[in-house]
Amino acid sequence: MKSKYDVLVIGGGPAGALAGKTAAEKGLSALIVEKRPAIGAPVRCAEGLGKEALHEFIDPDPRWISAEMTGATMVAPDGFCMKLGSQLAGSKVGYVLDRKIFDRELVWKAAEAGADIAVKSRASSPLMENGAVKGARIEYGGKTADVRAEVVIAADGVESKFSRWCGVDTTVPVREIMSSVQYVMADIDIDEHSTVFYLGNEVAPEGYLWVFPKGKRIANVGIGISGKKSGRGHRAKDYLDRFVKKNFPDGKTIEFIPGGVSVCRPLNCTVADGLMIAGDAARVVDPLTGGGIYNAMYTGRLAAEVAAVCIGKGDVSKKALMTYDRNWRESKMGKAIERNYHIKEYLIKQPDSKLNEIIHSVSNIHMKEFTTMNLIKEIIRVNPKLVLELGALAASLR
Amino acid sequence: MLNVHRDICGYCGCCVSVCPEGALELIDAYLSVEKNCTNCGICAKICPLGALEVIDEKQV
Repeated sequence: MKSKYDVLVIGGGPAGALAGKTAAEKGLSALIVEKRPAIGAPVRCAEGLGKEALHEFIDPDPRWISAEMTGATMVAPDGFCMKLGSQLAGSKVGYVLDRKIFDRELVWKAAEAGADIAVKSRASSPLMENGAVKGARIEYGGKTADVRAEVVIAADGVESKFSRWCGVDTTVPVREIMSSVQYVMADIDIDEHSTVFYLGNEVAPEGYLWVFPKGKRIANVGIGISGKKSGRGHRAKDYLDRFVKKNFPDGKTIEFIPGGVSVCRPLNCTVADGLMIAGDAARVVDPLTGGGIYNAMYTGRLAAEVAAVCIGKGDVSKKALMTYDRNWRESKMGKAIERNYHIKEYLIKQPDSKLNEIIHSVSNIHMKEFTTMNLIKEIIRVNPKLVLELGALAASLR
Repeated sequence: MLNVHRDICGYCGCCVSVCPEGALELIDAYLSVEKNCTNCGICAKICPLGALEVIDEKQV
């Protein structure tokens, strides 16, 4: 660890790794600090990622792909199943990753590109000068070091504190935190090539329960419920335990993972003087699916690209860094977040009867491209009434 | 005051994200509660495991 870098990245998840890697590739000196002793653990993720989304960043490698998916199933509150697949029957639509290895691979690629990495090293406060971020105080192994940087990229995850210390309010509204628990369960009867989503206010109020296969007879079995619906006796763990007892009574839990997923709108502004915020810390998780891997990698990479340009020009003011904020909001990803936020807001207000109606309307969907957007379009196509209910939003979905 | 049941806490950081005061911090594998905690109880409500509890200080 040196005392000065062009770019200091807080957090060694997918956002931080892509930021560090990209910065190094652009010829900048970069340091990634990760507070945990190991990259990738604990996982805190259902580990699902679409085929195209992954391929945009990295070629798939069997070392960190647990399972390949050919379809998905949506289970209505009344138990009816909607099957989703590719137009090409049996073709691959996505992956369930092994994040412990995947995250490590991403950080390894950052290191290979030339970034420095420091684990069990925690940013405990920003270095501020005239209201601008100039680096961070790093605590590691009982020692403290001040690391100065032209730009700090805060990629410190759902529990992000760094940007708050710099004056950015990152508080997630109670109703928009998905209070989550996941078990990695072995020895269970599942379709090893299909993800399953259970919907309904009895199963997972204002959220969903998932079974994402990790291989033969093994899967991530997890749940996210709205923080608003959580409380003593009816927490995420209570709902999950009830489901597991009923559906996988003989399964063996080999890993236990609690977590929080934000499904709010992204931060109002993801930059400040000398600071950029990426990934879960920027609240750029897809509010409909809760998926955050792609968006983290996308914002992490973009942040470093913009940092490189701004550092090159010698201007890392908020105004200069705003290019990053504007670019991701105008991107396909940014637009999908905004659109999916509205769809999420619509869906969480629907009673189970309505969810049943929607899911019953189509028992099989074969998509040319397997995306959330195409699924929604198809559902709207067979439910013309929804166009009226969705109002202005519907126009953007055609 | 806010009591953290360390044997229940899974140090996931879910609570940190909702704290309006920024009074919680996940430091590696433990949760720290700062003095500016107002005992509002939001974190206790949303904790997926029930590891947080606001308790009456007189009873401590």
